[in-house]
Amino acid sequence: MKIARLRTYRRAFAILLAITASLTAFAACHGKSNRTQSAVPETFDESKNYSITFWAKSDTNKTQTEIYEKAVKDFETLYPNVKVTLRIFTDYGRIYNDVITNISTDTTPNVCITYPDHIATYLTGNNVVVPLDDYISNEKYGLGGSSVKFDSPAKSEVMEKFLDECVLDGKYYGVPFMRSTEACYINKTYVEKLGYELPEKLTWDFVWEVSEAAMQKGDDGNYLVNGQNVLIPFMYKSTDNMMIQMLRQKNIGYSDADGNVLIFNDDTMSLLFDLANHCKTKCFSTFKIDSYPGNYFNAGQCIFAVDSTAGATWIGTKANHMDISADQVVDFETVVYPIPQFDVDEPKMISQGPSLCIFNKSDPQVVLASWLFCQFLLTNEVQMAYAETEGYVPVTKKAQESPLYVDYLARSGEDAEHYQVKIDATKLLLDNVDNTFITPVFNGSASLRDAAGQLIENVVKSVRRKETVDEAYMKKLYSDVRSLYRLDQKTAISGNDQGQVGNGDKTLPAGSIALLITLAVAWLGIATYFIITFIKNKKHAK
Amino acid sequence: MKKLLSLLLVLSLFAACAACKPGKNDGGKDSAETETSASVPETSVNVPEAAMSYAEYVAAELDSQVVVETYVQAKQSWWDNKATFYTQNEDGAIFIYNMPCTEEDYAKLTPGTKIKVKGYKSAWAGEVEIIDAVYDILEGHFIAQPLDVTALLGTDELEAHQNQFVSFKGLTVVASTYTDNDVQKTAPFLYNWNGSGSHDANSDLYFNVSDGENTYTFTVESYLCDKNSEVYAAVEALDIGDVIDMEGFLYWYNGVNPHITKVTPATIE
Repeated sequence: MKIARLRTYRRAFAILLAITASLTAFAACHGKSNRTQSAVPETFDESKNYSITFWAKSDTNKTQTEIYEKAVKDFETLYPNVKVTLRIFTDYGRIYNDVITNISTDTTPNVCITYPDHIATYLTGNNVVVPLDDYISNEKYGLGGSSVKFDSPAKSEVMEKFLDECVLDGKYYGVPFMRSTEACYINKTYVEKLGYELPEKLTWDFVWEVSEAAMQKGDDGNYLVNGQNVLIPFMYKSTDNMMIQMLRQKNIGYSDADGNVLIFNDDTMSLLFDLANHCKTKCFSTFKIDSYPGNYFNAGQCIFAVDSTAGATWIGTKANHMDISADQVVDFETVVYPIPQFDVDEPKMISQGPSLCIFNKSDPQVVLASWLFCQFLLTNEVQMAYAETEGYVPVTKKAQESPLYVDYLARSGEDAEHYQVKIDATKLLLDNVDNTFITPVFNGSASLRDAAGQLIENVVKSVRRKETVDEAYMKKLYSDVRSLYRLDQKTAISGNDQGQVGNGDKTLPAGSIALLITLAVAWLGIATYFIITFIKNKKHAK
Repeated sequence: MKKLLSLLLVLSLFAACAACKPGKNDGGKDSAETETSASVPETSVNVPEAAMSYAEYVAAELDSQVVVETYVQAKQSWWDNKATFYTQNEDGAIFIYNMPCTEEDYAKLTPGTKIKVKGYKSAWAGEVEIIDAVYDILEGHFIAQPLDVTALLGTDELEAHQNQFVSFKGLTVVASTYTDNDVQKTAPFLYNWNGSGSHDANSDLYFNVSDGENTYTFTVESYLCDKNSEVYAAVEALDIGDVIDMEGFLYWYNGVNPHITKVTPATIE
């Protein structure tokens, strides 16, 4: 029997992009909440009952869902006066979609799995998302607080780099939940069969050289290295990440601290020309063009597959999950490397993974209950359990350094639970936290990310279709992609290279100014009317 | 005075509406993404090229430009001005993926509608299709009758009928397995491939059928036939051991993976 993730995910992927792009339109008017941010209550009132909702994501990973369910149950045991309702979504885009919709009706969840890009949009509403600085540092209920009923990590025990990724406009608007990066999964057997030895540090040049060498065919028309009629030596799952990381490694502009788009420059063009040259032999492809790299990899039809470390359980001959039938799987040795680098002395790779945010409610006690639950998700038990479902890394040093987790890592390769490729992918990030980066977050950064990937996708397709890829082509490509993602209309918005977000242009929109002036005049008129009426009545009374 | 106040309040209402409308260059935070959704693309055009025969289409290399005349048989989805179609003509079937298409045209493209499509032949996980396409609506109508491919299951010949409207006769439902809290369980069908979905979530349905020799995984694609469809209900009512006839489109995903549109108890001949 064949197990399959199927095309559903390709479909969901396309729809996710569309949702991300189109629903932000509602952000302009979604600021329903006019609440002020309330202070952290002195005491959590356990004599009253509170209901909170937690929106989480799990596509088809049942274990992740079970971990969420257990976390809810365990939290409710500690705080019987808090009822947590869990709602599972199949992808982040749908959570984002529903949050936007629910902001306008003031029915947001209390706690939500999210990404900083999304929080940046939520922040366009008034006091919609709770800034967590006071909660994090609160002596009683903060991280490691004295009145918290579980073994909460102290702020110093949360990975500083990951926590800082949740800083928007100078405040913590979230806390990290899980972190991953990308890995290059390599068929070592085939690399050596081609006469190469894997270097200590992987470079783009090495990957391209081996990939092109692998394209030799025998007299039977099959590729010599795998004896099959299908081979795509180098495959990349997320071309958004591919472009973003290449640009960062080369110190080429992507976007600046004000949210300006810098990607359409000559250096980017040079990267695209290089890519086009390598694509002429068809030694490279992408998820969007040819499907999951892991499937080709497991079938011995791909030698270098770049995918998230959080997808490691799908990759390798003995992977926990298999998307192709058993008779298609080829036996070989899999090794896990950081993504290829231009400068191996200064490796750079992306940091990604879900965070948690809390939505503001009128009752400060409900907000505090939400914060306590959010904090519970950072406890060792939840962190370790969830991280171990994939090649995720716990976001707290407390969990990373716990004897149980150290033992888990040490048992790499023992059994399916300790699948070697998954643990190697986890270690990859643990060893490279200081080499990770994020891109500036602003309302519009998601579109820029899509555009970055689109440049690569278009070039690969065009080369395959034997179109002329020259400077004129590139200029048209830039123009088309700018237009498609409306990047030519972007104004300076926000952000810095620490991922912090802010409204770069602090002036209000003209419409808002007109509204405020009109309202002020109306209220002035009402006040004048009542004063005059009052004086008249007083005169009549006399 | 009252009139003046009323006027001011009405004005403030208009101003509020104006302020809420996403402005193009108003410097607000939303100006960048509010209009990011891909603009309505060129869709229906006059395709001047002569259509190729189905044999020529089959012979065309991947990534080459193709022009075909075909008939819509079913529509899978429309989103963001892109639509996916199962199409077929008298000689064979063609899957058209994410073709730029307005919502208005999507409504017109009912089963049987003849279209001329120009795009690029491509393959995704073994599924051969046309992508990056444009189309014209032509005069003509054709509805394909299901081709019985039961005897072709497990043979190389089956792939030649990829995407066609087909039928399977007398196959037996066999157990699908899934894990629930580390316990291995069986069921006649699963929501999602591993049982992680649900009816409410409108998850795809997966079920296994056997021809006595081999077992195959068939799917009810929830975008093609959603949770309110007859086939969805029919699969939810299946029991292990049921002998059934089916119709559907011969979709491919790393091997045969039909998208089933009709399930009935097997007819005895």
